[in-house]
Amino acid sequence: MTTAPAFVWTAENEAAAQKHIAKYPAGRQQSAVMPLLDIAQRQNGGHLTLEIMEYIADYLDMAPIKVQEVATFYTMYNHKPIGKHHVQVCGTTPCWLRGSDDIIAACKKKLGVEMGQTTEDGMFTLSEVECAGACVNAPVVAINDDYYEDLTADSITQILDALANGKDVKAGPQVGRQTSAPLGGVTTLKDFASEGEGA
Amino acid sequence: MLADKDRIFTNLYGHQSPGIDAAMKRGDWDGTKALIEKGRDWIIGEMKESGLRGRGGAGFPTGLKWSFMPKESDGRPSYLVVNADEGEPGTCKDRDLMRHDPHKLIEGCLIAGYAMNAVAAYIYIRGEFYHEAEALERAIEEAYEKGFLGKNACGTGYDYDVYVHKGAGAYICGEETALIESLEGKKGQPRLKPPFPANVGVWGCPTTVNNVESIAVAPTILRRGAAWFSGLGRPNNTGTKVFCISGHVNNPCNVEEEMGIPLRELIETHAGGVRGGWDNLLAVIPGGSSVPVLPKQICDDVLMDFDSLRDVQSGLGTAAVIVMDKSTDIVKAIARLSEFYKHESCGQCTPCREGTGWMWRVMERLVTGEADKSEIDMLLEVTKQVEGHTICALGDAAAWPIQGLMRHFRPEVEARIDAYHTKKAAE
Repeated sequence: MTTAPAFVWTAENEAAAQKHIAKYPAGRQQSAVMPLLDIAQRQNGGHLTLEIMEYIADYLDMAPIKVQEVATFYTMYNHKPIGKHHVQVCGTTPCWLRGSDDIIAACKKKLGVEMGQTTEDGMFTLSEVECAGACVNAPVVAINDDYYEDLTADSITQILDALANGKDVKAGPQVGRQTSAPLGGVTTLKDFASEGEGA
Repeated sequence: MLADKDRIFTNLYGHQSPGIDAAMKRGDWDGTKALIEKGRDWIIGEMKESGLRGRGGAGFPTGLKWSFMPKESDGRPSYLVVNADEGEPGTCKDRDLMRHDPHKLIEGCLIAGYAMNAVAAYIYIRGEFYHEAEALERAIEEAYEKGFLGKNACGTGYDYDVYVHKGAGAYICGEETALIESLEGKKGQPRLKPPFPANVGVWGCPTTVNNVESIAVAPTILRRGAAWFSGLGRPNNTGTKVFCISGHVNNPCNVEEEMGIPLRELIETHAGGVRGGWDNLLAVIPGGSSVPVLPKQICDDVLMDFDSLRDVQSGLGTAAVIVMDKSTDIVKAIARLSEFYKHESCGQCTPCREGTGWMWRVMERLVTGEADKSEIDMLLEVTKQVEGHTICALGDAAAWPIQGLMRHFRPEVEARIDAYHTKKAAE
């Protein structure tokens, strides 16, 4: 049996952690616990462990239980290994009205897993999330740090296919549309829009 | 329709660069020093005169809020905290302001912070907005490089810092005292008030929490004058507002419009109309998930502002317009919101922790009709027992959608119960 090596910051992450701590007044380093948990989770490949939480508690001079309380309160901290691509489908009402049920069905079919499960090859974890905050581009799926918007069952299937094959996929709206502007062209600010073309 | 010259967020859709040079061409950071040198009383006075009401949902007058902060420090520093934890279902305006027009917010942080004698601003952004947080970090860096932030900000002799703090997935942190707890590195559970944040906020210091949009519009209001802003919209409901139009419209979009625009005009001018035409409209949630739903006959002529929507027992909230056409299972649409609130209850107050789950379970049965009609009144009674009996407004927010549903669509709910029992009896 092998034991995992003890968690310590990489040099780069140590510097990032110190930068976060410096944002807060002296003695208020606890305020940095959320960004530090995020950095640690990324360093650890996508999830937190008890050991990491204790490491951060020690690093910030906090009681370990206080770190655990934070790490279990917020949904973006994972407590078990997740796939390389965390597929987070929004199913709240504005996305549901635009067909998130179809998106969920397409993800399940393509990945062969249910909500909360990870594919056997460790490539994908499928989750349903509450409102992603991109409602005028519904339905929306967040995959790791990127939002994929204005999806259909076909377009999300193609995106998952591409990711499975290690290809780059363009985030944002999957229809011919500038961010949150109306499809087919702006109804306001036409001069600003054309000035910006090619910018 | 609002003229482009009166629009504040000219780069709403990101057609142009969010960078500082492009932002300055659009008018940001123009004469900031002169505005600051007019003094705290002038800034707060103009903000009051402008009639700006908070853009995060509650609609509290922004200038008045700023005036609650201590004029002289008792030794404690004061802070501005910007609420960028956008997550009210339907709402996605602050996202655009941050990724496409971040300098309006950063400049607003400086001016508002100065007006409240704050030493720094913390922008609390939801963790999912990874790229938006990066856009803010970039913009802040640019502003420091130009000398607009930091020591002697804009050459005013005033020292001021702006920081980004990322959340990690909790709707409740949009509540200002939960946000403060979270900023202190704790679970986001709301605090009892009083004391109010203006007296005891983050790290025990005077704090004002404002929505992104409220802060981002401030520099333009001060440059163009309170009279310009208050000349738009209607009395007590002034200015412009970024609306988010989602759901069953042909072209969902964000758009900045004049306060008080008729709902129908808003949808038809900017969002390409209701899918299948106006007569195919069933209902609209006019201000984000927590405000009560409105049936078509009210939507026909209601105006989109605080007072007009309050008068029809709903609210402007965040101005997130969720449109539902006649194909919608309205009971399920609301039940999904009940599930949202159940998921997001922080668990601190019993009526909310237990009530949100209870209400959601009953709503799920109402979706199929597997219920007794007397349960409708029981459910309404429970919404009343949750509403107003919790530390924060999440309990209220969970109650209102159900109350709105029963106010306008009770016959639909009853018909479904009848249909279920008829089918059951036939089996």
